Amino acid sequence: MAIVIDSTTRVLVQGMSGRIGQFHAAEMIEHGTNVVAGVTPGKGGTEVLGRPVFDTVRAAVEATGAEASLVFVPPPFAADAIMEAADAGIRTAVCVTDGIPAQDMMKVKRFLRRYPAERKMRLIGPNCAGVISPGQGFMGIMPPHIYLPGRVGIVGRSGTLGYEAASQMQALGIGVSTSVGIGGDPINGSSFRDILELFEADPGTDAVMMIGEIGGPQEAEAAAYVREHMTKPVVAYVAGLSAPKGRKMGHAGAIISAFGESAQEKVEILSAAGIAVAPNPSAMGETMARVLSSRAAA
Amino acid sequence: MDIHEYQAKEILAALGVPMPRGGLAYSPEQAGYRARELGGSAWVVKAQIHSGGRGEAGGVRLCRSEEEVRDYAATLFGRSLVTKQTGAQGKQVYRVWVEGASDIAQELYLGFVLDRKSERIMIVASGHGGMEIEDLAETDPDSLRRMVIDPAVGLADYQARELAFGLGLRGGQVAQMVNILRACYRAYRDLDATMVEINPLVVTGTGDLVALDAKMSFDTNARYRRPQIAELRDPSQEDPREAHAADAGLAYVGLDGDIGCIINGAGLAMATMDMIKLAGGEPANFLDIGGGASPERVAQAFRTVLSDGNVGVILVNIFAGINRCDWVAEGVVKAYRAENLTLPVVVRLAGTNVEEGRRIIAESGLPLITADTLAEAADKAVAARLDRAA
Repeated sequence: MAIVIDSTTRVLVQGMSGRIGQFHAAEMIEHGTNVVAGVTPGKGGTEVLGRPVFDTVRAAVEATGAEASLVFVPPPFAADAIMEAADAGIRTAVCVTDGIPAQDMMKVKRFLRRYPAERKMRLIGPNCAGVISPGQGFMGIMPPHIYLPGRVGIVGRSGTLGYEAASQMQALGIGVSTSVGIGGDPINGSSFRDILELFEADPGTDAVMMIGEIGGPQEAEAAAYVREHMTKPVVAYVAGLSAPKGRKMGHAGAIISAFGESAQEKVEILSAAGIAVAPNPSAMGETMARVLSSRAAA
Repeated sequence: MDIHEYQAKEILAALGVPMPRGGLAYSPEQAGYRARELGGSAWVVKAQIHSGGRGEAGGVRLCRSEEEVRDYAATLFGRSLVTKQTGAQGKQVYRVWVEGASDIAQELYLGFVLDRKSERIMIVASGHGGMEIEDLAETDPDSLRRMVIDPAVGLADYQARELAFGLGLRGGQVAQMVNILRACYRAYRDLDATMVEINPLVVTGTGDLVALDAKMSFDTNARYRRPQIAELRDPSQEDPREAHAADAGLAYVGLDGDIGCIINGAGLAMATMDMIKLAGGEPANFLDIGGGASPERVAQAFRTVLSDGNVGVILVNIFAGINRCDWVAEGVVKAYRAENLTLPVVVRLAGTNVEEGRRIIAESGLPLITADTLAEAADKAVAARLDRAA
């Protein structure tokens, strides 16, 4: 079991005809992902990597039954591509694109609310590394070989810091059920809380590694959820203890601009919710190992 | 991206926000001339720098004669103004704004921001303006009124009225406030702002609303569709290292330490800085080299980090996903040779093509210090710094 994607998920790639889209789609296929179609307006009727390409997401969904979409569309057109996927009945879209204007994302989030819950698309990202269920499939740009298949979920804003966590866990023999990058933008599709809910409900996940950073209210919101609703243990790390206030640290959303948004404050909020917080980024794996073994002993 | 007060005032005035008449000056003489041109008997002279807290830093003064305007302006030009937001090096004054003094009965605060909780534009207002919003939030949180705008509908008039009445405005002031709110919202929405602030928005002795200050910031992700905003950029207000890095497509933030950092990914970059601090060192910068780090890009990153004279050690930490360790290693070796480096460089590589990358580093014959883990890399960088200092 896993969340968001498994070996049966029928995946389409928006922007598969482009150089980057094609490169990553090839990686995904090589690692067992069930890629069924591509969508590039104007390229309908062609083939890429042996998969049919369609002009519209609707046509691709009708012809192939695609249920998930990976969005590799440049920033000026990405918001529109996400809305197209939502309207065509895609269940989950993962958007890797970095640099989408914040107001475009405001519109996207408002647009997604037009649909009733059972038909509402789940959006992951933008500006994220994607989602991988090791050994089953992935949608994104991560290096699949660093993930050992297993039973710990990972959710984080940063792509490379997520890799760091996965490789520390791999070194300790701890495998991953699914790893989800929620992205570094101030407005993103799925929050930490949204993904924690999925892990809590997933029988294939025993514990969750949550990797936050400075800026925004989502770690605090996740802490409240963990305290009140989560039965599985959560280990966390928050990047940016040394980040100065008011400066944007690479990610558009990584900026301390309000009370409770510094790394220190977030660590306190998470700890108060009973979450084991790794004292430094090198200790993510060992903190998880300690939590898992004390759980096994109990 | 930030702009100057006078630029924000021009934008908002064009949309109908009432402002005192004023003019821009590039020299003390021009400032005096502006005062004469504006007429009246009192003027406010304001240093134009990209920072709040100018008043406390001595960058704003009420002057009562043309000579005083000129003399005060003369003290501002070329001076570096240090506010609580600029850091110790301050920001240089190259322009001043001269405007007619206003008769102030009450000061209000008005701000439009991106609220990350509701993921919408939010208006924040208070009947007690003048001070910074952070201080206001601490000293007088009950005075703050917040209102979230639905992006599908925009700011509704009833919301604007509610806010105006809630601030205690009456009669014709309500209609004036509704117009100001509409104008600020349009500026925010149509120009892809991330912040619009009027502080203070004053009620004058005659009961009219006037914006005495204005501040706007813009979404750099939307720069491609707002060329008119991109033109307002003032490089003199930016850290030259950061401006140079941004032009090369690198995300760089200069800090006060001496361990230069070259890392891929914003989260890993922050985590590496944290690790350096825990190991007893101080990072000199944040630098995210991004995906697709070609040898040229790595060399560019080295030059950027080295442009900071404080740097005594460089730490390269790459976890390659779309990046490839062999490319990064090649870049490190090339840059080391091209820049004739003598300072210690610690290299930690992980991920795609890591074996090949490590081989390139080992066979280069260069005195590069290698590390396998994040902790080891930070420890070695701090140790190398101490050795060098000793």
